[in-house]
Amino acid sequence: MNEEIVFDVCDVSFAYEEQQAALDHVNLKICAGESLVILGANGSGKSTLLKLLDGLYFPSSGTIQALGKPLTEETLRDDEFNFAFRRRVGLVFQDSDVQLFSASVLDEVAFAPLQLGLAREEVNRRIDSALEALRIEKLRDRAPHRLSGGEKRRVALASLLTLQPDVWLMDEPTTGLDPRSQSWLIEFILEQRQQGRTMIVATHDLSITEEIASTICVFSEGHQIVASGKPSDILNDHDLLHRCNLSHYHARN
Amino acid sequence: MPTIQSSLSHHRANVIDHTLHGITETLERALFAEEISARAGLFQSLDARVKIISTLALLIGVSFSHNLWVIAAVYLLTLLFAWTSAIPADYLIKRVWLALPFFTGLIIVPALFITPGPALFHLPFGLVITQTGVNTVLFLLLRVSTSVSLTLLLILTTPWNTVLSALGVLHLPDVLILILGMTYRYIYLLLHVANDMFLSRKSRTVGYLDTSDNQRMLAAVSGTLLSKSLNMSSEVYLAMQSRGFQGSIITLKPFKMKSRDWFWLCVFLAITALAVFLGR
Repeated sequence: MNEEIVFDVCDVSFAYEEQQAALDHVNLKICAGESLVILGANGSGKSTLLKLLDGLYFPSSGTIQALGKPLTEETLRDDEFNFAFRRRVGLVFQDSDVQLFSASVLDEVAFAPLQLGLAREEVNRRIDSALEALRIEKLRDRAPHRLSGGEKRRVALASLLTLQPDVWLMDEPTTGLDPRSQSWLIEFILEQRQQGRTMIVATHDLSITEEIASTICVFSEGHQIVASGKPSDILNDHDLLHRCNLSHYHARN
Repeated sequence: MPTIQSSLSHHRANVIDHTLHGITETLERALFAEEISARAGLFQSLDARVKIISTLALLIGVSFSHNLWVIAAVYLLTLLFAWTSAIPADYLIKRVWLALPFFTGLIIVPALFITPGPALFHLPFGLVITQTGVNTVLFLLLRVSTSVSLTLLLILTTPWNTVLSALGVLHLPDVLILILGMTYRYIYLLLHVANDMFLSRKSRTVGYLDTSDNQRMLAAVSGTLLSKSLNMSSEVYLAMQSRGFQGSIITLKPFKMKSRDWFWLCVFLAITALAVFLGR
């Protein structure tokens, strides 16, 4: 892991409506190549943080630096930074149906690279390689609404893989997946990690955390980060997990 | 009084059951269309752009033709194309002719009597069916049934996403095509959500629901669906933004014309020209 800081989140708070904080004074530094798991119960603010890191929402207070530049509405209005940022950072939404908005799988996986200005030949090359890597070549011409949950998740990943992002943001990636798809997804994350990508995964699924995390940070139900550290330290702190409404199978055995 | 109770509950349950039935029927119809579009057949094997241009040309040809026999011949050809495209003939005929009176009834019935011309039949109350009236009605029925059959042939043999991509050849703006695609895609998603909501309501409904209860339930379901669709639309927009969307759309144009596509395009255009020429 190198020491380039990908995200520097400094004292960030965010509220959807006034007096309803979704994030409360959050501080976080994420280095390139890190595999960070953001643990937290439902509604603790994990998904909101990912959307802030992806430049979709902006903090009510505090600052976020991304790839060495402030991540604000203003900086994202600059096409050069916007294109560079969107090419390097990809967000996998929790609900694949939200992410798969195109009429066919082909259009879906072609969407991001085309929008971000890649040449058509290069886009076609990346589409073939992404569909092959995720073993979904046969779904190429299918409509997304006819796919199973596991297939939709693969297509959602392929739609970002064509961008070859350096930083993956994943929101509850194992939700609704059967055990085989879940195990396949873990393999996918580990593979990306091995290739030096930065993985930031928000989840409350402790069963996958140990396998994929190099670092963990824990959100309390009060929308604050209450702990961060190595997986072995965090996952063995049963009081902490209990306090944050996170159960842990291994902790009870 | 079990009989009255059961007939009442049957009547009351109808709102949920009818809605569920309607949703299921729509989904089944879409599934059937997708199944047909995956079959091996003449129309399925053609480039979607050829099908769209040919269908439009034939629709215009039928509208410009003033000869009943020519329009009837195009209708028979459409049935022949449907047959070679593995569409059951009775399916196409039933779907068109059973729906036809609902769309044309209001026009054709008065047209029989009020179109001036030589009398053909005299009916009671001084009503007269004229020769010109019958001709007008036959023209209308044949034109509508041929046009609807041609459109159905296109829709049944081409997946909706392919139709949308091919619409690019008609120079429809890409963003409009994307919106049409998203509308179709999310209608099905919301239909599934509505189906689940009605099923869940059904599983918790015992016995009698009066009209106002039904109205309240429908209002609640509609409200929840609206709120869900609003949430979803804002999430979809974020997902698009996240992948670089800035207001304009760039799409792949994956179509490639083969020699047999050109051949069939020429055939369809020749039929159109012939229909206009012979029917002038």
